[in-house]
Amino acid sequence: MSDATLSPAAMVGTTPEQLTTADGKPLKQALMRAQSHARRRAFLLVAPLLAFILLTFVMPIGQMLHRSVHNEGFTWHEDVASGQRTPIMTNLSQWFDQNELGTEPDEAAFAALAADLIVLREVKAAGQAGTRINYERSGSRSMFTKAARRAQRLEAPYKEAIVDLDEDWLDPDLWRVMRDASSSYTANFYLAALDRTKDADGNVTQVNENRQVYVKLFQRTLFLSIVITFMTFILAYPIAHLLATLPLAKSNLLMILVLLPFWTSLLVRTTSWMVLLQSQGVVNDALVSTGILADDNRLEMMYNQAGTLIAMTHILLPFMVLPLYSVMRPINPSYVRAARSLGATSWTAFRRVYFPQTVPGIGAGALLVFILAVGYYITPALVGGADGQLISNLIAFHMQNSLNWSLAAALAALLLGGILLLYWLYDRLVGIDNLKLG
Amino acid sequence: MANSSRNNAFVEFERVQKSYDGENLVVKDLNLTLPKGEFLTMLGPSGSGKTTCLMMLAGFETATHGDIRLDGVSINNIPPHKRGIGMVFQNYALFPHMTIAENLSFPLEVRGMGKSEREQKVKRALDMVEMGAFGGRRPSQLSGGQQQRIALARALVFEPELVLMDEPLGALDKQLREKMQFEITRLAHNLGITTVYVTHDQTEALTMSDRVAVFNDGRIQQLAPPNELYEAPVNSFVAQFIGENNTLEGTIKEINGNQALVQLDDGEVIHCKPVNVYKTGERARVSIRPERVEYNKDRMQEGAHTIKAEVLEFIYMGDIFRTRLKVAGNEEFIIKTRNAPDQVRLQAGQLIEIGWMPEDCHALDA
Repeated sequence: MSDATLSPAAMVGTTPEQLTTADGKPLKQALMRAQSHARRRAFLLVAPLLAFILLTFVMPIGQMLHRSVHNEGFTWHEDVASGQRTPIMTNLSQWFDQNELGTEPDEAAFAALAADLIVLREVKAAGQAGTRINYERSGSRSMFTKAARRAQRLEAPYKEAIVDLDEDWLDPDLWRVMRDASSSYTANFYLAALDRTKDADGNVTQVNENRQVYVKLFQRTLFLSIVITFMTFILAYPIAHLLATLPLAKSNLLMILVLLPFWTSLLVRTTSWMVLLQSQGVVNDALVSTGILADDNRLEMMYNQAGTLIAMTHILLPFMVLPLYSVMRPINPSYVRAARSLGATSWTAFRRVYFPQTVPGIGAGALLVFILAVGYYITPALVGGADGQLISNLIAFHMQNSLNWSLAAALAALLLGGILLLYWLYDRLVGIDNLKLG
Repeated sequence: MANSSRNNAFVEFERVQKSYDGENLVVKDLNLTLPKGEFLTMLGPSGSGKTTCLMMLAGFETATHGDIRLDGVSINNIPPHKRGIGMVFQNYALFPHMTIAENLSFPLEVRGMGKSEREQKVKRALDMVEMGAFGGRRPSQLSGGQQQRIALARALVFEPELVLMDEPLGALDKQLREKMQFEITRLAHNLGITTVYVTHDQTEALTMSDRVAVFNDGRIQQLAPPNELYEAPVNSFVAQFIGENNTLEGTIKEINGNQALVQLDDGEVIHCKPVNVYKTGERARVSIRPERVEYNKDRMQEGAHTIKAEVLEFIYMGDIFRTRLKVAGNEEFIIKTRNAPDQVRLQAGQLIEIGWMPEDCHALDA
C-alpha cells in the first residue's frame, strides 16, 4: 500500500486503469519483479525432482510409445560392436515405392530382393530382418537366413532362383508384410495387439480364431480387476470403519496389522499364498482333516483364476483400507447420532448420512486398486496358472521371451490408454477433486 | 403429594446409574423429574456426568441401572429413532453433503411425510430461525451462528415435545452466544417444548433456565431455580461453581439454629448463616459474594459485621471497581463495587475496614 499509489498521470485520467508504483513503474511489472526471486527459488527446489521424473518416467514412456509404432528391423541395421548403421532392404523398398499394393512381384522385385539379400549377408542382418517379418508371418525367419546364406550364388532369373529355395517366397501375404515392414513406422503392432491383421490386399481382418489371445486377455484383465476392486471394497469397508471408530491406541495397533503386508516382500506374500492354497496346502489339508472335503476332492485354488483373485485381493487390500480410513476417521460420530435422533433407523442413517460422506474414499480406493490390479504382474505369474494370467504377463512375455518389443509396447500403450480413459470417466462422473487418497 | 408430582412429570430419571468400565460410576443414583414445558439446564464441570445423562435420555447410552421414563413410559429399551426427541449437538452435526433444506427435510422424510407437506414445514422452520433465504446452501457455506440456527431448526422441525441440547453455543463468540441464548429461550417458551440443556457455562445456565441441576462427581449437587442457586447454595461446591465467591476457612465455634459463629484460622470470629454444617468443632468454609461486601462506611447497613483488610490491587473496570484484598490471611478476597459518583477509590497498600450482613455469609462444608 505504501509503495504502490496512483501516479499523478493516472489521476489526471490518461490511463485510469493502469496502476503504478510510487516511482512510476507499472504495478504489474513491479509485482512480477518482486516475486521473480521467490519463483526462481521455488523452481530450483523442484528442479531435481523434475529432472528425475523426466529422465526416469516421461522419457521411458515416450520411448515405449514410440517403439509401439516404430520398428527398424527391416530398414536399418546397427552393428553391435561398432555402432555403425547400415540401411538394409533399400532395393526392395524402392520397388515397393514404384509398384502399388497388390502388384504381383515380378523379376525386378526378385532382383531387388536378391541384391538386398547380399547386403543382409554382408552385415549379418538376415536374422534381424527375418525376425521382423516373422512377427507378422510366422515361419519367415528361416526363409531369410537360408536365402541370405545362398545369396552369393543366386543368378538371374532371380525369381526362379529364389522360389527354388522356398516356394513360400511367392506368398502374396509375405510380400504384403515386407511392404509394410519396409517403412520404419507402422500401426501393425496395434492391429496385432487387438487380434487384427491385414490381408494380402491391405484390408484389416481378424486373425484366426485359435490365435486370438490379446482381446480376450484384455477382457479378462478388466473383469478380474473389477472383481478384485469390488472384493477389496467389501472386505475393507468394515475394517476401515472399525479402525476409524476405535480409540486411537487400539486402532494404531490394528493399523499395523493392516500395513504388515506392506513390510513383507511381495514375493514372500505370494509364495505364502501358494503354501496355503495349493491342493496339498494348509487350507485343503484342514478341510480334509475336518471331514468337510473328501481327500480325492480337494479344491483347486491355485494356478487358476481363483488363485489370482484370492492373492491379489489380499495384496491390494491395504490400498483400499487406507483411503477409506482417511475419510472415515474425521467423520464425527455425532452425524450418525443426529440422524438417529431425527428418526432414522440405523440402516437409513448409514445409507443417507454415513455412506455418502465416505464416497470420496471409495472412489480413491477403487481407482487405486483397479489401476494397480490392471497392471499387476508378479502375483498372477506365480499363482495364476494358464487362465489366471493378466495382460501384463503377456507384455512381459513379449519383452523377455519373444523379444517383440514393439508388440509389448503396443499392448502396454493400449493398457495405458485404457487407464487414462477410465480416469477421465471417473473425473466426469465423480470428479477428481472428490478423490481423497489420505 | 408424591403421586401428583409423578402425574405432571414429563421426564423422569429414577435411581439411574451409569458405568462405562464396570469399576467407576459416572452417574451415581440420579433422580430427576421434569414437568412439561420446563427449561432445565444440567450444569457442571467436564466429567461430572451431565453429558452422559443427556446421552442416556437420547438413547445413545444405556443406563447400567435404574429407569428413565418419558411421559410415563420407560424408554430404556426404545431405540433413539423411536423416542422422538429433538437434539442439538455441540458441533451442530449438520449433514455436510446435504443442503440446508435437505437437512431440515431429513427428519420429515424418514417419517414418510409427503413432499408438499415437507416443503411447507421446512419453510416454516427456516422462517422461525430467520434463515428463510438459506435453504439452498450447504452447511459449510454458513457461519457458526447460522449453522447453530439451522441445527436448532432441524431439531424442532418434526415438532418434538422434548429437545436436548449438548453445549450448543460452545463454539460461538461471546456476543453471538448471548444473542443465541436469548433466542433459544424465546423459541423454547413460545413453542412450549420441554428442554434439557447441557452446559459448563454458568452464565448461560443462570440466564436461560427455569431450573438448573448442578452436577458434580456423578451426582446432582443442587436442583433449583437460578436465583436460589446463586443466593442459597446448599454446599461449598455449588457456591464455588456458581458465580464468583470469596472463601474463608475456619472452625465452627458455636451453632444455634439459624446462626453460627465461625472462628477463622487467624483467630477472628464472625457471624454466619449455617447451611450444611451441624456440629461445634467442625471445619467450615465461609462464603461471601463479592458484591455483598461494602467498604464505604456511609453505605454500610446496620448490624453489618466488620473486619480489617489490606488493599492489594484496585482494578478499574468501567461499570464496576474490582478490588483484591487480604482478609484473614486470604489474599484472593475480591470485592466488587458499582462505579457511583460518590464512590471512594482505593489504592494498593491502604488499610481499610470492610463489612457484610451476617445473612450474606454462608457457612458451608469444608
